[in-house]
Amino acid sequence: MADIKTKDFSKASAVSILDPQLRRALRQVGTGFDAARRAAIDEVSPKLWDEWREEARRIKIHSLDHLDYYLDLLEQNVTKAGGHVHFAKDAAQANDIMAELVRTRNIKIATKSKSMVSEELSLNPALEAQGVDVYETDLGEYIIQLAEETPFHLVAPALHKTKEQVAQLFTDKLGIPYNDDINALAAAARLALREKFLQADLGISGANFLVAETGTLVIITNEGNGRLSTSAPRIHVGITGMEKVIPSLQDLAVFLRLLPRSATGQRITSYVSMITGPRRADDEDGPEEFHLIIVDNGRSKMLADPDLREALYCIRCGACLNICPVYQKVGGHAYGWVYPGPIGAIVTPSLVGLKEAQDLPQASSLCGACREVCPVNINIPRMLLHLRQKSAESPDPSERSAGLVPNLLAEGYTRVMRSPALLSASHKLGRWQQNVWAAMPFFPFSKKGGMIRKASLPLLSRWTRMRDLPELPKETFRDIWKKDLKEGP
Amino acid sequence: MPGRIRAISWSQILSPVAASNTTQSPLRQSRLPRSCLSANLTPADPAQPGERLSSNSPPKADLFVTCIIDQLYPQVGVSVVRVLRRLGVDLSFQEDQTCCGQPLYNAGYSKKARTLARRVLDTFEDSEYVVVPSGSCAAMMRVFYLDLFRDDPAMLKQAELLSSKVYEFSQFLTSVLGAEDTGSTYSGTATYHPSCHLLREMKVRDEPQSLLRSVSGLELTDLPGAETCCGFGGAFSIKFPHISEGMLADKVENVVSTGADTLVSCDMGCLMQIGGGLSRQDSEIKVRHLAQVLDQDHSSNS
Repeated sequence: MADIKTKDFSKASAVSILDPQLRRALRQVGTGFDAARRAAIDEVSPKLWDEWREEARRIKIHSLDHLDYYLDLLEQNVTKAGGHVHFAKDAAQANDIMAELVRTRNIKIATKSKSMVSEELSLNPALEAQGVDVYETDLGEYIIQLAEETPFHLVAPALHKTKEQVAQLFTDKLGIPYNDDINALAAAARLALREKFLQADLGISGANFLVAETGTLVIITNEGNGRLSTSAPRIHVGITGMEKVIPSLQDLAVFLRLLPRSATGQRITSYVSMITGPRRADDEDGPEEFHLIIVDNGRSKMLADPDLREALYCIRCGACLNICPVYQKVGGHAYGWVYPGPIGAIVTPSLVGLKEAQDLPQASSLCGACREVCPVNINIPRMLLHLRQKSAESPDPSERSAGLVPNLLAEGYTRVMRSPALLSASHKLGRWQQNVWAAMPFFPFSKKGGMIRKASLPLLSRWTRMRDLPELPKETFRDIWKKDLKEGP
Repeated sequence: MPGRIRAISWSQILSPVAASNTTQSPLRQSRLPRSCLSANLTPADPAQPGERLSSNSPPKADLFVTCIIDQLYPQVGVSVVRVLRRLGVDLSFQEDQTCCGQPLYNAGYSKKARTLARRVLDTFEDSEYVVVPSGSCAAMMRVFYLDLFRDDPAMLKQAELLSSKVYEFSQFLTSVLGAEDTGSTYSGTATYHPSCHLLREMKVRDEPQSLLRSVSGLELTDLPGAETCCGFGGAFSIKFPHISEGMLADKVENVVSTGADTLVSCDMGCLMQIGGGLSRQDSEIKVRHLAQVLDQDHSSNS
C-alpha cells in the first residue's frame, strides 16, 4: 500500500498550515468548487436536491445490505459480456493479479485514467517492478506522477501546484522549454501522452460505479483520457473497491445527477463512459480483453461494523473536503495517506488501522459542515465520534490508543462533575490559585483587563498562544442563583 | 482467446463476518431502507411556534445553565434568567446539576459520558421544559444522548423523553413562547455568529437573528463566512491549537470586517474562542450572548 504517514498528522499539518502557496491554492476549494456546488443545487432547487440525496442514500444502503448478491450478479454479467472478474482480498493480492496479467500478456506500456483505489494499492510501483512503464493520463495525476507526490484532493489531485511549478516540472521532466501558459502546458501533456496511448498494451481505469444488472463499469471524467485508456490498448483492466456496485442502470441515474454537481458544480461531466465487457464482434474498436479487479482491502471489515458501514456509501465527490475548515487549513498531504479530508479521516483509519491514524478522527471541531454537503447524507461527525470511542475505550488493544494523561483527565473530570460539591470546591481552588499566581513576582501568567494573556501552564499555554482567556470570576452562576435569583425577580 | 488468469469467487475473499452480514435478495425486490444509521437518532420535532400561547398557565421550565456559563460567565446566566422571567416563564434551577457530559463524549469516553448523562436524565426527569443557553450542550441532550444510549433500551426511552423537552434558549423563545419581539433595547451595531451545533444539530438557523432584529436600537449586519466554524470545538482547540487558531483568524477577520461593535452568538464556547482572539488583538468589539442583548438591563453586563 501507499506509504502511510498518518502518524505525522500533527507535525505535517503544522507545517502545511503556514505554507502561503497552499493557502492560496486552498482558497479555491471554497470559492471555486464549493461555490459552484451551491449554484448547481440552487439551479435544481434544494428541495429536489434533498430528494435525490435520499434516493441515492437508499440505493447505497440497499446495495451494501445485499452486497454478496450484487457482487455475484455483477460477476455473472461481466462474464456473460465476455469479461473476467477477479476478487482481491488486499493490496498484495490485487497487485499479484495485475502482475500475472502483465506477465502473461507481455505488457510493456500501460496508460491509466484516474483511480484512487490504485493509489491506495500502490499499483504503479507494483507494475514498474514488473518492468511496465505506467503513465497517468489524467492531467492532475500526470503532474503528481512526474512530481512523485500523492493526490492532494480526491477530485483535483494537483490542486496544490501553481502553473509556474507545473511549467518548471515539465521543463525538468519532459525537457521542454519553460512556458507557464496553461493552454501550452495542457498541450504539452497531451502531446506527451497521445504517443503513450497509441503505444500502450494495457489501459487501467478505476470505476465510479459498477452496475450489477448489466455488468457495466461506469467512469465519469472531464478529460478524454478515460475513454482513450479504456478503448485504445488491447487490454482494459478496471480496478476498484467492492462498495462501488449498485443494482441497476436505473439506480445509476440519480448518481449521475449528484456526483458532478457535488464535485465541481457541473450538470454533467464532459464524458460519461459505460463499459460492458471487451470489444464485441461488430464493434469498430475497443479492447480485446476486459478484466475487472474488485478489491476488499479492509472494506469488508467496515461493512461488518455498524459504526463504519456508512462510510462505504461515499461516492468520492470531494464536497466534504471543499467545505471542511480543517482541510481548508491543512490541505490534503497532511492527512498522510491517499484519502484526505473528513471522509478520509474515517476511511483511512478503517483501512490502515485506527492506531496508525488515531489523530485523524480527533482533528475535527465536529462542526458538521461535511454532513450537510454530503450527496449521500453520510453522518461523518457521528462516525468520527465512534472512532474516538474506539480509541478511548475499545476492548481491542489494537484499536485503543488513548494515553495515560487523557485517561486521567477524563477520570478526574468525571469525578468532579459527578459531585456538585467537588465542582464548587474546584472553582474555589482555581480562584485561589489564580490569585496566588497573579501575586507572584515572576508570574506564570500575565493579565490585561479581565483577560489572561499568557498562562505558562500545561494545556492552558496551548490556549493562550493566540487567544486570551477569561479569568475565573469570584462567584459562579449557582452562587448568584442562591443569593439573588432563587426567590425571584 | 486468452485464458482466465484465476477464478476466485468473492466469498473466498471477503471476511466471513461481512458475508454473513449480508443476505441474498432478488434484484430490486426492495428499494426501501432497511437500516438507516441516523433513522433512530432523529430527535423529536420541536413544538410549533405559539403552541404554548393558547395555554393559560405560565410555562414551567428548568434552566440547564451549562458549565461554561456557571464557571466562567455567570452574568450570562443571570441575563437568561431575567429574560425568561420577563417573558412570564416559571423558571427553576436545579442546584445539583453539573455537566451534560459532552466533553467526555466528544473525546470518545462514552462510558464516563453516560455517568454524567444519567445524572442529567434524573435531574430533569419531571421537567416540563429544559432551557439550555448553548446550542452545543442542547444538542448533546437533545441529539447525542440518543446515540449515547443506543444500546440500552430503558435509558434510551428516558433519553427520548428528555430530548423532546430540551430547547436551546433562542429556540425556546421563538418555538415555545412564540416570542417575536422581546421588547429589548440595545444601542449599537451587531453581527451574529451561528454556532455549528445550533445550526446543524438543533437546526436553529433564523431564530436568533429574527430576535435580534426586534431589538430596538440594534442594527444587525451580515457576517461573511458566518456558517464556517470558529475553530473552538472543545478539546480540539487545545489538541490542535495551530488548526484551531487558523480557523479563528479567519473568523476574527470576518467579524472585524463587518464594522460591528458587538458580536452575538448563542454559545459561550464559541464566544470564548472568538472573544479571546479579538481580545488578543486589543479589539474593542464586545462579545455577547444573545440573552445579554435581550436582557433590557444590559448595562450591568458590559
